[in-house]
Amino acid sequence: MHKYVLKRIVLMIFTFFVITTICFILIKMLPLPTIKAMGRDAKLIEERRKMMGYDKPIMVQYLRYWKFLLQGNMGLGEQMYSSREVSEVMFTKLPYTVVVNLYSILIAIPLGLMFGIYAALRKNKWQDHVISTMVMFFISVPSYVYAFLVQYFLCYKTGWFPLTAATREQTTFFSWTMFHSMVPAIISLGFGTVAGLTRFTRAELSEVLTGDYLLLARTKGLTRSQAIVRHAMRNAMVPILPMILGEFVGILGGSFVIESIFGIPGIGSLFIQSINLRDYNFFMADTVFYTLVSLAAGLVIDLSYGFIDPRIKMGAR
Amino acid sequence: MDKNYMNIPAEKFKVATGRKLSDKKLATKPVGYFKDAMIRFSRNKSSVAASIIILFLFLYAIVVPYISNYNVEFRDGYYKMVLPRSKTFAFLGWDGCREQNEAQSGYDYLNSIGQEYGTSAVLKVNERYKDSNGIPFYKLYVDSYEKVGFVYADLSADEYQKLQKYQNDTGIQVIYPLPVYYKTNFVSVGSAANLWYELADETANTQGLSKYHADNGDPIYVPAYHTSSNKNRAQYDSLRIEGDNGGADGETWYTYAAKNQTGYRVRVLYKEYYNYKNGFYAQHLLGTNQHGQDIFACLAYGARLSFLLAISVSVINFFIGVIYGAVEGYYGGAVDLILERISDILASIPFIVVATLFKMHLADKVGPIVSLLFAFVLTGWIGIAHRVRTQFYRFKGQEYVLAARTLGASDSRLIFRHILPNSLGTIITSTVLIIPGVIFSESMLSFLGIISLETSGLTSIGTMLSNGQAYLSSFPHIILFPALFISLLEISFNLFGNGLRDAFNPSLRGADE
Repeated sequence: MHKYVLKRIVLMIFTFFVITTICFILIKMLPLPTIKAMGRDAKLIEERRKMMGYDKPIMVQYLRYWKFLLQGNMGLGEQMYSSREVSEVMFTKLPYTVVVNLYSILIAIPLGLMFGIYAALRKNKWQDHVISTMVMFFISVPSYVYAFLVQYFLCYKTGWFPLTAATREQTTFFSWTMFHSMVPAIISLGFGTVAGLTRFTRAELSEVLTGDYLLLARTKGLTRSQAIVRHAMRNAMVPILPMILGEFVGILGGSFVIESIFGIPGIGSLFIQSINLRDYNFFMADTVFYTLVSLAAGLVIDLSYGFIDPRIKMGAR
Repeated sequence: MDKNYMNIPAEKFKVATGRKLSDKKLATKPVGYFKDAMIRFSRNKSSVAASIIILFLFLYAIVVPYISNYNVEFRDGYYKMVLPRSKTFAFLGWDGCREQNEAQSGYDYLNSIGQEYGTSAVLKVNERYKDSNGIPFYKLYVDSYEKVGFVYADLSADEYQKLQKYQNDTGIQVIYPLPVYYKTNFVSVGSAANLWYELADETANTQGLSKYHADNGDPIYVPAYHTSSNKNRAQYDSLRIEGDNGGADGETWYTYAAKNQTGYRVRVLYKEYYNYKNGFYAQHLLGTNQHGQDIFACLAYGARLSFLLAISVSVINFFIGVIYGAVEGYYGGAVDLILERISDILASIPFIVVATLFKMHLADKVGPIVSLLFAFVLTGWIGIAHRVRTQFYRFKGQEYVLAARTLGASDSRLIFRHILPNSLGTIITSTVLIIPGVIFSESMLSFLGIISLETSGLTSIGTMLSNGQAYLSSFPHIILFPALFISLLEISFNLFGNGLRDAFNPSLRGADE
């Protein structure tokens, strides 16, 4: 077990290392945005670029990058947030992404589980057909379409919610105002999560429900609900829980489209801004961040199987 | 007798005829794997419906660019954001009109448009009401095409003569007399050329309020045409509007053109002028966007791009994935370990980063579409390769493979003739399911502006969505149709893919992945 965990972590670090290396080299190979285009004191900026080692060979810059990265220093902003530390700006942006996604999955997970369980228990009855059709529909329709619908009906037509999310200057995170202003984004994010979880739960639970041990439990005299809660649910949860855990790690990544549509100043907006303005330090930092999040989510999902269900021998063939 | 059985010459073989086969003849036609799958697929109603919808959308994307009057390059400066209109289904409310609230000045302005030739842009006054200050307001049912009304056009002498000839030949009046205000640059109205009546306020920022009103507030339009004592001023010798039998004293004539440095400035009825220029009247089935592009045609162009990209990506990924997965699964061991590591690393790079890097490096060299194609191809085959690998692990140890190997079949023969056909069903399903994924990602990237697919002759669904986003509250039709299109496409493709999966692999029915 420990050996497997260790192996996975080492592999993850290796993958992370390779990806950052490739991305670093590819980004460094891009031409720097011309100083003229920035409309600032050219000499000063050239000086600063020199100080940051932009004129040195890529390999030297690369080693230097790792040296600083391990100290938590991801460089300075150039085209945007001039002279502010990239990591500092990212930490001011991160809470928006986390808060909106956290609300969204906190609402979506119980709903998804509920619908999924209900559909599985009513398999092949009309309730199941209705839920399955809805799931098909909501999984297929792209999230921005919900966002437009939500924005049009809940923000413009009825005026129940503001068009853009509140900022930390106006209120604190986890305040009612913040929540209220984020509701459209939370709803738009939620559709997909609910549908995905419903589909997954329904599939897993309905498979478990056909198991022989459930029949045995009934023969032993357990009522249907007892058998479902004590035996079926516990077994169905083995693959479902890791997925939920993965969702929780995934909230750090957030959603570009939803952040862009509802004007949430999160990590996703920062990334898009850095592409449009060609601020490579931010771009690199975001890339590192996203890679790390997706790797971590994968790792958490993989390892949690073993922790949740001791019967699963990790790493066994 | 020659015992060289290894090299028997071909002529020693002959077809065995005349021998009775003791096998029973098959009573029914044999049903192969694919035929079986087809039968199962056609029983699945929702999948069949989905495939019909996909076919329909596909035909739309292929055919419409050829038959439509419009294309992406067609931009009209005046018919911007006009509403969807269909001649056949106008009675359903699909008539290019809608209700809008206007103050008195707006009512006067809109109502005047078309009065000169006997209609009006205001089809109906739904309601008159007064606000808390007693100021009258109107709920008007306005035709968004008629609303454009008249515009000033600057023509060269040649064009001016041609337009007059056109008028005389067809009997359709395009040029209307200039109003007295033709030199004033009105800033607060849609088109200054529509102010042909006497105004209450003649300053540059007039709102179009008429000078005279009836007791009930209805405007009374007194024409304020520019007149001249010379009938042939600016060499106009063509149709004249009714009542142009001279000016107030019977000796002056309405002015139809004003000479300027390059030619003539004339006031034209835009819908007729549009017909004169383009050969057809404006008719936008799904309306136009803020650039005056026809959404019906643009959507077809965008869909064509999406289909082209998605189908090429899925075909390329099919081949890469099959070969890669086959090599991994068939050879196993160290080869598998290394290849699996590589695909693992590629799969862990966030797609948005891949797309951005490809765009930044290649978009200027090979164009945005090809760079996007590369981005999709770089990581898109991994899913298929993974599936193929699993299938190979499942089949390669089976007896029939061993038998074929014993008979001397080569590696490639084993891979492509014996093992691969067994997993073709799964592979085809995942290849098809690449298509909606690519279409979605492409629309998302171009919507976010990470990949710019908007040039003069090119558009994409994502571009259309981001164009419409700014007008979501006022002109939702711009965003509605692209969004509807992509939703329909995604739903259909997912249903179609599910149907394929169930058909190829009945044991997986209802399961996910």
